[in-house]
Amino acid sequence: MKTAENLYTATRNSCKLCAPLGASLVLRGIEGAMPFLHGSQGCSTYIRRYLINHFKEPVDIASSNFSEKEAIFGGKQSLISGLENICKQYQPKLIGVATTCLTETIGDDVEMILREFFLKHKSERLPEIVHISTPSYIGTHMEGFHTAVLAVVSTIARKEKKLKQIGIFPGLVSSADIRYLKEIVSDFDLGPVILPDYSETLDGGPWEEYQKIQQGGTTVEQIASLGDSLGTIELGHSLETRKTASVFLEDNFSVPRFSLGLPIGIKLTDLFFNNLKKISGKEIPCKYQSARARLIDAYVDGHKYIFGKKVLVYGEEDLVIAVASFLFEIGAVPVFCATGEKTGTLKKVLPEIASAYGKEIIIREGYDFEQIGEESAKIGLDFMLGNSKGYYLARKMGIPLIRIGFPIHDRLGGQRILHLGYGGTQQLFDRILNAVIEKKQETSPVGYSYM
Amino acid sequence: MKNIQILEERKEQIYLKGNQPFNMKCERHSVSGSVSQRACVFCGSRVVLYPIVDALHLVHGPIGCAAYTWDIRGALSSGPELHRLSFSTDLQEKNVIFGGEKKLYKALGELIDRYKPKAAFVYATCIIGIIGDDIDEVCRKVSKEKNIPVLSVHSEGFKGTKKDGYRAACTALASLVGTGTIDNIGKYSINILGDFNIAGETWIIKDYYRRMGIEVVATITGDGRIADIQKAHGAKLNVVQCSGSMLPLAKMMEKEYGIPFIRVSYFGIEDMVEALNKVADFFGKKDIFQRTYELTNNEICRLMPILNQYKEKLKGKKAAIYVGGAFKAFSLIKALNYLGIESAVVGSQTGNQEDYQRLKKMCGEGTIIVDDANPLELSRFIMEKDVDVFIGGVKERPLAYKLGIGYCDHNHQRQIALAGFDGMLNFAQEVYASVMSPVWQFMPRREKRGEK
Repeated sequence: MKTAENLYTATRNSCKLCAPLGASLVLRGIEGAMPFLHGSQGCSTYIRRYLINHFKEPVDIASSNFSEKEAIFGGKQSLISGLENICKQYQPKLIGVATTCLTETIGDDVEMILREFFLKHKSERLPEIVHISTPSYIGTHMEGFHTAVLAVVSTIARKEKKLKQIGIFPGLVSSADIRYLKEIVSDFDLGPVILPDYSETLDGGPWEEYQKIQQGGTTVEQIASLGDSLGTIELGHSLETRKTASVFLEDNFSVPRFSLGLPIGIKLTDLFFNNLKKISGKEIPCKYQSARARLIDAYVDGHKYIFGKKVLVYGEEDLVIAVASFLFEIGAVPVFCATGEKTGTLKKVLPEIASAYGKEIIIREGYDFEQIGEESAKIGLDFMLGNSKGYYLARKMGIPLIRIGFPIHDRLGGQRILHLGYGGTQQLFDRILNAVIEKKQETSPVGYSYM
Repeated sequence: MKNIQILEERKEQIYLKGNQPFNMKCERHSVSGSVSQRACVFCGSRVVLYPIVDALHLVHGPIGCAAYTWDIRGALSSGPELHRLSFSTDLQEKNVIFGGEKKLYKALGELIDRYKPKAAFVYATCIIGIIGDDIDEVCRKVSKEKNIPVLSVHSEGFKGTKKDGYRAACTALASLVGTGTIDNIGKYSINILGDFNIAGETWIIKDYYRRMGIEVVATITGDGRIADIQKAHGAKLNVVQCSGSMLPLAKMMEKEYGIPFIRVSYFGIEDMVEALNKVADFFGKKDIFQRTYELTNNEICRLMPILNQYKEKLKGKKAAIYVGGAFKAFSLIKALNYLGIESAVVGSQTGNQEDYQRLKKMCGEGTIIVDDANPLELSRFIMEKDVDVFIGGVKERPLAYKLGIGYCDHNHQRQIALAGFDGMLNFAQEVYASVMSPVWQFMPRREKRGEK
């Protein structure tokens, strides 16, 4: 069968973003860090606008503001003076230099330029400078995200003494998720080092004085200490086969690596908690056992409303897999799972989960929203789960969209959506169930007042 | 605030109105390492052409440029909505190495077959300028095969500023103008240039002209149609708003077809009335004068009492304005005046020397005037001047909010019409709703001063 998959050469309403965005987001989750995009002005401005519309927070990203001159003769001078200007204006603790398609293609040797910069300023106190290679013609924003985490860790992490702490690489999750992860890890009496941590920087309170770089974030010292951790947990099925920060820490500093899926749903969350138990040697705290029990209770209360519902799930592959796994365990069927990424993870992981429930589902990688829409129209879906960019499809099909992930551009509070753990699953479950119930109520001629 | 240092290179782009000699070093390339609020050449082209609703807009490059401009403007359509789709050739590494022409050719052909647009625009992004794809040739070839105009837009991000992007867009538009028949166009006809139908603004303006007895040939580009643009040379006058973006086209049309142009603004009562009067003056016809007078007079009589109520509440408040084009800033200063609000900080991304001289004349002593500002500078200025409301775009909003300052969106993403007479009421309501909101009482900066 010829699917929409190979009908069009162009990407129509992309279900992915470019690598520098992922890198910028990671850098915004490091204390005192400044993202610096080496390339044209538009890259930084567009990415700022995109992130601001989701987080509703200032997002400063510097740019080397290429002109034709730099494009022809190379961006060395502008990179050096850019770094100097950032130091002067922002006094950052870390600068992440992420390349763009432009500078990658003209072949600026960033490592060499950075050496020159250090030489020029060798008598001064300089911030950490991390080079992150993010050509936007390779991979997606998630590629940029994971590359940035690895670059920062491999540049800064050291090993000195064993610390009672654990490193967590959560992937692209919400500010609320990061806060919750911190709470969970702390409840196991472990110091959490979460990278990135934009729980405060991109979801903070009002300011009395201007903050050049928002307060919060993983500190450079914490990142340096990652080599001293009892272990690292990385979240996302796609990371298992990738050269990640966790892999780096295991290879270089013998820090045990635990690679799991995002903890959404009971099964994946159990796995997460069992790993924490293993690393900490401590029992799962009561409050999480209760949260788990409440969640199971809710599953039972709602099971009939959700059984057999056909669902579209789209977005970053790690989120799609975890959410699909959760949907299966509550009796819904994620009949159509799609991502803009193309790493093969979805096709590798999902069939196994589906077959455990005796289901066959449509799995699409490298898809865009138009492809998703065209194929969805043939299925007859009950609702869909994903970021706000799919809203137009939901509207067209007349089905509810339950907004999760990134970006949420058409609602407040995208950064505060909780997805992870028993608590996050509880919120997702309630939102999903109520969306289904609301749809039934609103389209009912009766207008009943009980469920 | 001393901890916010102004970069040496930036000092000649910031002025405090007073005795200081005024010589704005504008139209410069942004300083490396600064966080400019500007975008790039591509952005300039993309925003200008975006509202053409029956054209295919294909971005040739890696995915980012298309993804970040998907459905980016609140530019409404009365018909097709093809402009709201985001198309990209989504170049991959192998395309960058071996060239993207084949991919572009294939992508274009398929999209034209599927969506049947009246024309196609192909936007070159940074990388195209480096790998050297001959997009002109691909466009010519596809145009011939599919029998619609296929226009290349040379908008490589690094080849100048946003203004160069406007120019590239105007060049593409100019090649459309003159290709349609103009037999049925009357004597009293205009083109509306530089209104983008954000939240239906072009419709509001078009209706005023209709009521004056003026025929609108083409709206460029708000709710724009290829066929209308093709016959735009049949109009007798180009009425240009947002002169930064559309002036190049007006000048090209003046040279090519001898069509004169006037510059107007539809923001605020004063400028709105002036715009309609200027058009009436141009035609110099008695019944047009009469209708224009009736229209403006009625609207003013309707608006003034309401605006005065707002003014009563808002007088003495201070505003900061930071917008893309300086022309918009002129209108905003005047519109804010009607609400009793003084503009204490005024800046633009792309103003020129002439614009800044005019700004200087319009502003009171002590006003900060700034070109190509960054978030640090803007924060410093709005705190120094202790403004009550910030009129700006999406990127300025969180700055204002974090510091406990009201905000009114005047960018292209908004959903509320601010042009025309009703737009002025919306504007007043927007400013009022933000300035008067009780939420500010909890903000640390105000709480400390015991303000309510």
